[in-house]
Amino acid sequence: MWKQRIIAVILLAAAVGLGFLVYNTEMKKTKTFRLGLDLSGGTHLVYNADVSGVPQAQVTDSLSTLREVIEKRVNGLGISEATVTNETTTLTGTREYRLVVDLPGITDVQKALDIIGQTPLLEFKIENPDFDPNKQLVVTPDMIKDGQIDLSQAMQGSMPFIQTGLTGQYLESATLEFNPTTSAPTVGLQFDAEGSKKFEEITKNNIGKSVAIYLDGEPISTPMVNEAISGGRAVINGDFTPEEARQLVGRLNSGALPVPVTLVSTESIGPTLGADALRAGMHAGLIGLIAIMVLLVIWYRLPGLIASVSLLAYSIIMLALFKYIPVTLTSAGIAGFIISLGMAVDANILIFERMKEELRAGKGLKDAISEGFDRAWTSIRDGNISSMLSAIILFMFGTTLIKGFAIVFGLGVLISMLSAITISRIFLKAIGGSRAGRIKQFLFSSGLSQ
Amino acid sequence: MFILRFKKIFFALAIILVIGSLAGIIVKGFNWGIDFTGGSVIEIQYTAAVPSSAQVSATVKTLLPDASVQQVGEKGFLIRTAVLTQIEKDELLKNITSTGEFTEKRFNTIGPSVGKELRTKSIISIILISIAITLFVAFAFRSISRPIASWKYGVIVITVLLHDIIIPAGFFAWSGIQVDTLFVVGILTILGVSVNDTIVVFDRIRENLTRFHGGKNALPFTEIIGKSISETFTRSIMTSVTVLLALLALVIFGPESTRNLSITMFLGMFFGTYSSIFVAAPLLVVWNNWQENRALTQGKK
Repeated sequence: MWKQRIIAVILLAAAVGLGFLVYNTEMKKTKTFRLGLDLSGGTHLVYNADVSGVPQAQVTDSLSTLREVIEKRVNGLGISEATVTNETTTLTGTREYRLVVDLPGITDVQKALDIIGQTPLLEFKIENPDFDPNKQLVVTPDMIKDGQIDLSQAMQGSMPFIQTGLTGQYLESATLEFNPTTSAPTVGLQFDAEGSKKFEEITKNNIGKSVAIYLDGEPISTPMVNEAISGGRAVINGDFTPEEARQLVGRLNSGALPVPVTLVSTESIGPTLGADALRAGMHAGLIGLIAIMVLLVIWYRLPGLIASVSLLAYSIIMLALFKYIPVTLTSAGIAGFIISLGMAVDANILIFERMKEELRAGKGLKDAISEGFDRAWTSIRDGNISSMLSAIILFMFGTTLIKGFAIVFGLGVLISMLSAITISRIFLKAIGGSRAGRIKQFLFSSGLSQ
Repeated sequence: MFILRFKKIFFALAIILVIGSLAGIIVKGFNWGIDFTGGSVIEIQYTAAVPSSAQVSATVKTLLPDASVQQVGEKGFLIRTAVLTQIEKDELLKNITSTGEFTEKRFNTIGPSVGKELRTKSIISIILISIAITLFVAFAFRSISRPIASWKYGVIVITVLLHDIIIPAGFFAWSGIQVDTLFVVGILTILGVSVNDTIVVFDRIRENLTRFHGGKNALPFTEIIGKSISETFTRSIMTSVTVLLALLALVIFGPESTRNLSITMFLGMFFGTYSSIFVAAPLLVVWNNWQENRALTQGKK
C-alpha cells in the first residue's frame, strides 16, 4: 500500500508538472496550440482540377505537380502554416479531383485568390527604334482586318519598348538577393540554355541602350546594358520591398499550372469571429468541467474527488497531446473535447458503482476496489470500442471539419479509458487501505446513503 | 422491476416520439444549410447604428430576391444566397453599405458539387457506423446465444439507435433550424456514444446470464433482465448526467458555430439514455416471450 501511495504522489506531481508545461509554453508562446482556420481566422479554398485534357496515365503526376505549384505560390505569401492537399472524390457521381488550400491569417479572399490564381508574365523588352514620344496613336482603315483593329500596327512607334521573345518561360530559377552595396532587395534570375542564348544576343545588340523588364505588362526595371552578358544571369533592381521581392520570386519560380482549376468553395473567417469562438469554447469547457467535478464530489464523495482529480489529469494530458502531436484545434474539435470530458467520467462511474455493489455484498474495501475494476472492465472496453468505431468512420469519411472533431473525440475516448483504469485505480488503492472504518465507509458510499 | 412491468407504456412513449419525429422529417423536411445545397453565406456585423432586420432584408433582396437574411446577436446579420462570385459579393456589400457601417466577418461559398458530396458522405457514414456497431455488438455478445441469439442483441441495439437519432432529427425538422455539417457529426456521434449505455446494460445481462442461467441458482430470463437493469440503473443515469452537463455548458456558453452539434447530441444523449434503460433490455424480454410462445404453440401441433 505504501508503494501505491508513492506511485500516486509521483503521478500527481507528473500531472501538475505537465499542466505547468502546457500553461507555461502557452504564456511564453514557445509552443502554442495549433488553431484551425475557424479559430485563428483565415481562408479555406477548394478548387476543382479539370484533368479531362490529361491522359489517364498522367493524371496523378499532373495533380501532384499542380499541388506543388500551388504550394510554391502559397509559400510565397510567407504563411508558415498554409497547407495544400489533394483530394479525390467519386461521391458526386463522376470522379472529381480537388485541391484544398488553407491559408491561416489571410482573411481577404480576393488577395488570396489573386496570389494563387496568377501566373506572372515576365517579359524582356528592348528599345523601340521607331519610338517617337510625340507620335499619336493613329488607327488607319488599312489596319482594320475582319472587323478587328490590329493594334500592334497602330502602336508601332508609340510604344517605348518592343518584344524580344525572351519571357519567364525560359527561366530556370529566380532567387531573392540583396544588393551588396545598398542592401536593397533584388531578384536574381537564371535562364535555361535557350534563354541564356537569347539573353546574350539581346545584350550584345543593345550595348549602351536600356532593356526593360516587364512584369504582368508593367515595366518594373529598365537597366542600361553595358556589355554582352553570357551565362544567363540577370538581376532585377526594381523598387521592391523585401516582401514584394519575395512574393515575386515565389511567383516566378512556381510557373504555370499544369491543369486548369476552378474554384468551387471558399470560406473566410474574420479574426474576431475566430477569437470569439475560441473564447466561448474555453468558457464552456471550464464550466462543464467544474459542473461535472461538483456533481462527482457531491454524489460519490471521496471516490468522486479521486475521479475529479483523474478528470483533471485527463484534461491536462489531452491538452499536452494537442500541443505536441500536434492536433489542429477547430471549434468542432473543442466541442469534441468538452463532450469527452463528460464521457471520461463514465469509466470511473462504472468502477465506483461496481465497487459499491461489492461492498454491499460484504467484501472488504481492498477486495471491493480490485473486484470493482476487474468486473467493470468488460463494459468499459466494449462501450469504448463502439465509440472508437464511430470516431474512425467519421475520420475516414469526414471533411476537414469532421476530421477535426473525430481526432479529438477518438483520442479522448482512448485517453479517458487509460486514465480511468490506471490513474483512478492507483489513487483509490492508495487511499483505500485494507480496513474500512465508519468514516471510510461513509466516504466510499454514495448518494443519499450513510 | 417496474421498468419491465410498465414496459408497454415506455415502448408507447418511444414509438409516439419516433412517429412524431418521422412525421416532421417527412411532412416538413429539413431546412438544409448551404453545406448541403451549395450557396454562399456572408456574416456581417454593424459597427455603429444597427438597422432593422427588415431594412437589411429589403436592401439585399433588391439585388438578390432569393436571399434570406437572419439577425444573429445584436449587431450581426447572416445573409444566405445562391453561389456568389467575388464580384457579385462586392456589389452586394456595396449596396448594404447604405444601411450603415459594418465589417465582414465571414464569407463562405460552397459549390453544389461539394454539397452533393457531403450528402452522400453523410448517408454512407450513417450506414457504415450502424453496420459496424451491429456487427461489433453481435461479436461482443457471441458467447451468449441462449435463450436469445447474440445477433438479436445487435438488432435491438440498432433499433434503439434509430430511435436515438430520429428524435433529434425530428426536432430539427419541426423547429426549422438549419441543418449543417455539424448536425450530421452530432448524429454520427450519438450512434457511437449512445450505444455505450445499451452495451453496459447488455454486459450486465451477459454476466448475470452466465451466473443464473441453469444450475441451482437458476432464475427466469425476465428476472435476470430486471436484475441487470436495476443494477446498472444508477450508473446509466449518472454517466448521462455528466455528459449532459458537458453538453449543456456547450449549448449555453459554447460558440455559435457548434450549437447545432451540441443541441443534436444533447437530445440524442437524453433519449439515448431513455432508450437504453426503458426500451433496449425490455425488448429482449418481449423477444424472448414471443420465442417461447411460438415454441409452445408449435409444440402443441
